Amino acid sequence: MTSERPKILTDKTHIPGIETFDVYRKNGGYTAVEKALKTMTPDEVVEEVKKSGVRGRGGAGFPMGMKWSFLAKPEGVPRYLVCNGDESEPGTFKDHWLMKTIPHLLIEGMIVSSYALGANTSYIYVRGELMYVVRILEQAIAEAKAAGFLGKNILGSGYDLELYVQPGGGAYICGEETALLESLEGKRGNPRNKPPFPAVKGLYQCPTVVNNVESISTTSWIVNNGGDAYAAIGIGRSTGTKLISASGHLKKPGVYEIPLGLPVQEFIYSDEWCGGIRDGHHLKAVVAGGSSVPILPAAMLLKTANGEDRLMSYESLSDGGFATGTMMGSGGFIAMDETACIVKNTWNFSRFYHHESCGQCSPCREGTGWMEKVLHRIEHGHGSMHDIDLLVDVAKKIEGNTICPLGDAAAWPVASAIRHFRDEFEWHITHPQEATRPGGIYKGHMELV
Amino acid sequence: MIETSDKPRIEFTPERLERAKELLTHYPEGRQKSALLPLLHLLQEQEGWTPTEGMDYIAEFLGIQPIEVYEVATFYTMYHLDPVGKHVIEYCRTGPCMLMGGEEVYAHLKQKIGAQDGETSADQLFTIKPVECLAACGWGPCFQIREKYYTHLTIEKVDEIIDELRK
Ligand SMILES: Cc1cc2nc3c(=O)[nH]c(=O)nc-3n(C[C@H](O)[C@H](O)[C@H](O)COP(=O)(O)O)c2cc1C
Ligand code: SF4
Ligand code: FES
Repeated sequence: MTSERPKILTDKTHIPGIETFDVYRKNGGYTAVEKALKTMTPDEVVEEVKKSGVRGRGGAGFPMGMKWSFLAKPEGVPRYLVCNGDESEPGTFKDHWLMKTIPHLLIEGMIVSSYALGANTSYIYVRGELMYVVRILEQAIAEAKAAGFLGKNILGSGYDLELYVQPGGGAYICGEETALLESLEGKRGNPRNKPPFPAVKGLYQCPTVVNNVESISTTSWIVNNGGDAYAAIGIGRSTGTKLISASGHLKKPGVYEIPLGLPVQEFIYSDEWCGGIRDGHHLKAVVAGGSSVPILPAAMLLKTANGEDRLMSYESLSDGGFATGTMMGSGGFIAMDETACIVKNTWNFSRFYHHESCGQCSPCREGTGWMEKVLHRIEHGHGSMHDIDLLVDVAKKIEGNTICPLGDAAAWPVASAIRHFRDEFEWHITHPQEATRPGGIYKGHMELV
Repeated sequence: MIETSDKPRIEFTPERLERAKELLTHYPEGRQKSALLPLLHLLQEQEGWTPTEGMDYIAEFLGIQPIEVYEVATFYTMYHLDPVGKHVIEYCRTGPCMLMGGEEVYAHLKQKIGAQDGETSADQLFTIKPVECLAACGWGPCFQIREKYYTHLTIEKVDEIIDELRK
């Protein structure tokens, strides 16, 4: 079975020494650069990426080829490709893993993608905490440059590209693409008002494409095998494979490359993937796409509202809207068994968003603070029933009323936890002593799987 | 009032100055302010933290106002604006790491080094800071000491790491 699974990003990651140029090259690396620069026009590369249907893997799932085709191309103005390696969404660690394991895959993708977009200077923005990964990438870039795959007149094609790695300074908000561009310009990471979109005015006010590490890393395979071959993998509009970062109460947490469309049940319980819930425990809830997406009770995650098996795809995960569904997000799959306290986890996430709000818009700055405060008092046994409605109200007032989507990302986890686990919040309020004693977990209407 | 500092001036060491000059070449002409975050990292790598005198030096190096450096350094969480111990332990307090046993492990860590959140141990060896998700969630609980990640932490592992660093 295992060998039949399509592997686009992880087919070489097991090879010893794959982080070095020589081993990567011997195993078929950099052939996409040769093919693209020697036999394809930039537009032909864009066309293949369009055909592939690959969607942005940073969270929003916007089709990558379409984004590329929006790039403005005014005469005499430089264009930029910026890779988003800020990866700070709780539950997500796939880009970290990919960059440290096989740095040349991203570099090769950056070369092919920069060529397609007509960028002659490109940046990989990596969260500052990953300084050791910055050094791995810099080393890999130096190797690629020494071998003639970067710099002036690459492989005699006449195409020039300089590639740089830029570390961030520690701020989740810099994952938002316009905040990232501000940060890359040496400023505070305050998201910009849109429009103008980066495709028109991005880095240094020039047309810019921002794509996630995983998104860019798919492009070499697409160039080598064609967009149609990529689109043949997956299901419907969820083409190709996706890296899933699996954490929490699983037997085998880790990074997995799955074909989109894999049943959620299989992903959790099959030995090929997470191997099930840790011994002696049962699944209670899952946050399927990184901390920002709605939490779902186990049963609702495994089956859609129509009773069909839920699949790991953009469409199936969001089936039923927020009433019964969630989102693919960045693929940060956080599993919780019956020992997890939903109130505590929701408070923890709300503290995260309060901490990370850049403070530019009041609904987000004040609202995240209120949610954290109210959740803190419920978690610590000082809540009142009115607090639950207060939380719902604050979440509603943030949603859709902010400059960037961090506001929504802060509101959804709170709103969804109350939507699906209201009884657990109520129990915290009515049983403060039990709820606050160590290991005090609500065992009421929990539906375990 | 303009305060004049009587503290000694801070400058990059010769190798770091080379690295700093090389950094400026990463950006188009006139956009050298882009080097600010990497330069602040370089400063902290050298000094162990981010003192005002160092920020003033970076402002001078980039030809920008000191306030432009301060406002950036205070926005990001990685720059230590106060002196810290020899080893800064930044542990992840976010949901997935807490699900994976973070609470117990970090309580033990704090007890072991004898410092609470934001404090430096009496021997000046360790400063402990809670931070948000370090992109290592499936390998948690975890912390970072300077550039190094320590993952899959257990109480025993924490003991080993701290004992080693005390030697
Ligand atoms: C608060 C916030 C944080 C984000 N963090 C990241 C991130 O760490 N990495 C990422 O690739 N995209 C992140 N995004 C999405 C980016 O804004 C952008 O959509 C993405 O980088 C585009 O690349 P893609 O189309 O390849 O996914 C974030 C968005 C928001 C609103
Ligand atoms: S929504 Fe929050 S993070 Fe985004 S710009 Fe407004 S205050 Fe900043
Ligand atoms: S939650 Fe700890 S590294 Fe992500």
